Amino acid sequence: MSETASTDTESGVDEKSRRDFLYVSTAAVGAVGSAIAVWPFIDQMNPAADTLALSSTEVNLEPIEEGQSITVVWRGKPVFIRNRTAAEIAAAAKDDTAELIDPQADADRVKKPQWLVMVGVCTHLGCIPLGQKTSEPKGDFGGWFCPCHGSHYDTSGRIRKGPAPKNLHIPAYTFLSDTSVKIG
Amino acid sequence: MSKQFKNPVLNWIEYRLPIFSFLDDSVGSGYPTPKNINYWWNFGSIAGFILVVMIASGIVLAMHYTAHVDYAFNSIERIMRDVNYGWLIRYIHMNGGSMFFIVVYIHLFRGMYYGSYKAPRELLWMIGVFILLAMMATAFMGYVLPWGQMSFWGATVITNLFSAIPIVGDSIVTLLWGGFSVDNPTLNRFFSLHYLLPFIIVGLVFIHLWALHEHKSNNPLGVDIKGEQDLIPFHPYFTSKDLYGLSAFMIFFMAIVFFAPNLFGEPDNYIPANPLATPPHIVPEWYFLPYYAILRAFTKDFFLYWPVAWLITAKLAGVIAMFASILLLLLMPWLDGSKVRSSKFRPIYAMAFWIFILDCLVLGYVGGKPAEGAFIVIGQIATAYYFAHLLVVIPLVSRLERPRPIPESISAAVLAARAPQAGE
Repeated sequence: MSETASTDTESGVDEKSRRDFLYVSTAAVGAVGSAIAVWPFIDQMNPAADTLALSSTEVNLEPIEEGQSITVVWRGKPVFIRNRTAAEIAAAAKDDTAELIDPQADADRVKKPQWLVMVGVCTHLGCIPLGQKTSEPKGDFGGWFCPCHGSHYDTSGRIRKGPAPKNLHIPAYTFLSDTSVKIG
Repeated sequence: MSKQFKNPVLNWIEYRLPIFSFLDDSVGSGYPTPKNINYWWNFGSIAGFILVVMIASGIVLAMHYTAHVDYAFNSIERIMRDVNYGWLIRYIHMNGGSMFFIVVYIHLFRGMYYGSYKAPRELLWMIGVFILLAMMATAFMGYVLPWGQMSFWGATVITNLFSAIPIVGDSIVTLLWGGFSVDNPTLNRFFSLHYLLPFIIVGLVFIHLWALHEHKSNNPLGVDIKGEQDLIPFHPYFTSKDLYGLSAFMIFFMAIVFFAPNLFGEPDNYIPANPLATPPHIVPEWYFLPYYAILRAFTKDFFLYWPVAWLITAKLAGVIAMFASILLLLLMPWLDGSKVRSSKFRPIYAMAFWIFILDCLVLGYVGGKPAEGAFIVIGQIATAYYFAHLLVVIPLVSRLERPRPIPESISAAVLAARAPQAGE
């Protein structure tokens, strides 16, 4: 016991820092290794390859008449496609200067003013707003109304009143021709 | 201390694994209990019993359930119609969830009234709050499994809460869903976690009981145990009292299972999930309604939101407030500065307690109503009061109120009650 103690004292400082270094570096390598090993167990929860593969939808616009809306499914979510009337387009453009919760010009939300394409999911908590059918309530601004917590959207799909923080989301889409659009 | 038995087999086991003395010291004659605890102390053991019932019925249901969006709803209907006693087991499991929350809420409010959260039982109380959180996660995911309209839209609304988190919110929601909306991957992982979490709860209950046994039960007088004269053995006195209370509770439970099995449910959940049509009125299960009311109270014109309006959205404020409403309970032992535990000796605090109960009931009522008109204002006032109670009323009342004189000990109080006026 006393022999060991004396050995320690002789090379005390040196031995201790060497040992500390080994402790810290071993623990650090172990921690990094564990963190790397955990990542696959978290990332497996993200969308799988086949789920990602289902990420575009083509839609024929021909049967949609002016003032009519259709709902298509894209990535498991509804997408609203509306053939807007001239009055709706005018109302949307006029409100560009109104007080908006999430300010955005109508022109920035469409590729062709006639066609409004947006994800039909309320930006509050994910309910589907009403207003696609003529019989459904359209809210105070003539667009859409979310029944869950009372968000009102205008004819450009912009949030005007209620708890939702953002305008209805515009997905990536391209016009393949005048009468056909590809979403995603 | 190892025990001695007449039976040599028991002695042989006890010598190698002292399980009999462990059981006896935990729930037997070797566990001393305050002699004055009342019927409000039954609810802990009833909650433990329901946990066992939920695990047993759940394991059996999992033998017949199919976790797939195309089959889940029908597999539940098959359990209800074709599986032997499937209807009974499912109604037990479905209503058992509601029973669990009724019992645990009573258990929690009992702890609040009698000051059971105070030193040296702070950790015991905090573990209890974590059990409540684990129960909520389990109940939420279990409600999604039948894949009805309320299942689907409840899952959508609740997972979307996380999208309120700045910057990483949307990535977290995608991670939770395993896709771009609530879909088959979501259902599968919810089933997996719904099966796992009850066993986590068992683990939490174990350390809850461990902490309980260290300083023993609190009691209606809230005074410390002074010695042997304050205690009686758990068995047979409280095993029999707990069984009596459990029997009474089972009458209530079974009356609902057999005569009103859908009382706590939403009719909309018997409509198969439709991702393209939201039900007009989404409500969570009753035990979540107060938190739901707090979540919805946060709109642009709510005065509690104004101080943080420059920093965060109303939606994020609502989400934070909802989680805070439960997490603040963790701080109860320190928010309450009174040295006296039981509300019996704290009349003003007792009054505040009952107002708080009323406030929780109002929140629950408002949470079940559509967010319009007077309900919005009532919900906002009740939300403000909920936080005022925890953060203002408790700290102030507990520090300013002069409590009534507390008895010297449990046995002194019991003896005084048995010999009325004799000593006075």
